[in-house]
Amino acid sequence: MLSQTNRPIMKNDTKKQNSSMNTKVELHICANPDYLCVARSAVRQVAYISGLEKNETEQLTLAVVEALTNVIRHSYGGPSDKPIIIKFNKINCPDGKKPALEIVIRDFGKQVDPKTIEGRNLDDIKPGGVGVHIMQSVMDKTEFKKAEDCGMLLRMIKYIE
Amino acid sequence: MTNNQSYPQNVIKAIKHHNQDVIMQLAGEIDMKSSAKIKDKFKEIFSQKPQSVIVDMTEVNFMDSSGLAVLVGALKRSRINNSELKLTGLTKDVRGIFEICRLETIFQIFDTTDEALEK
Repeated sequence: MLSQTNRPIMKNDTKKQNSSMNTKVELHICANPDYLCVARSAVRQVAYISGLEKNETEQLTLAVVEALTNVIRHSYGGPSDKPIIIKFNKINCPDGKKPALEIVIRDFGKQVDPKTIEGRNLDDIKPGGVGVHIMQSVMDKTEFKKAEDCGMLLRMIKYIE
Repeated sequence: MTNNQSYPQNVIKAIKHHNQDVIMQLAGEIDMKSSAKIKDKFKEIFSQKPQSVIVDMTEVNFMDSSGLAVLVGALKRSRINNSELKLTGLTKDVRGIFEICRLETIFQIFDTTDEALEK
């Protein structure tokens, strides 16, 4: 079936439907530091509902804020109205089948080779540049990927003990 | 569970003077937005050449690496100015970010502002 623009309308797309059914919460914010507090509130509520302890919740909040700050600074080159999508899923990890909270952050900015994204040397004491290190320290898994068309996908997992 | 104090308004709660020391009381959540205000305030404070600057973080319940970067910058500035920078009242979560980045030994950290003033 085609729409008036001759583009196919995706109906009953099982894969798409399943991914949206698995997504428990999806938050869209613009790449502006004013909205980091909105993301924090959402992370804390989702973590609470998912059964994370307080200290794990704060670690998760920190990781998400670090990720969003990096998107604002590096993917978009500074604050803007461009979108960032944050998806929260409660999943069972295939390895060990532990329940976990999965957070996927999608931006539509610059694409970089995921292999170049790493924490810097902490022996060099200077302001900034530790966001990736923090994410990797507090989350059980972090994975950067190039998104299909533009931007990056960051997938982070925190096991629920 | 709700947190109605997550919006980082007035993150700089108060600036007090104690002899030649300045006490900066912070409150709430320090992130990319609010850390910029703190950075500007440090610049202003250090221009007055205090003997020490004590940052009371008792009421800070969240801080990310933007906040940490501002504190590292302030520490460097204090050394140039022959001042001291002391942090007080760090919560467990806030202290955690210092430990993750291995900065807990770089700063002078005290439990209370009174302790920091004595030393």
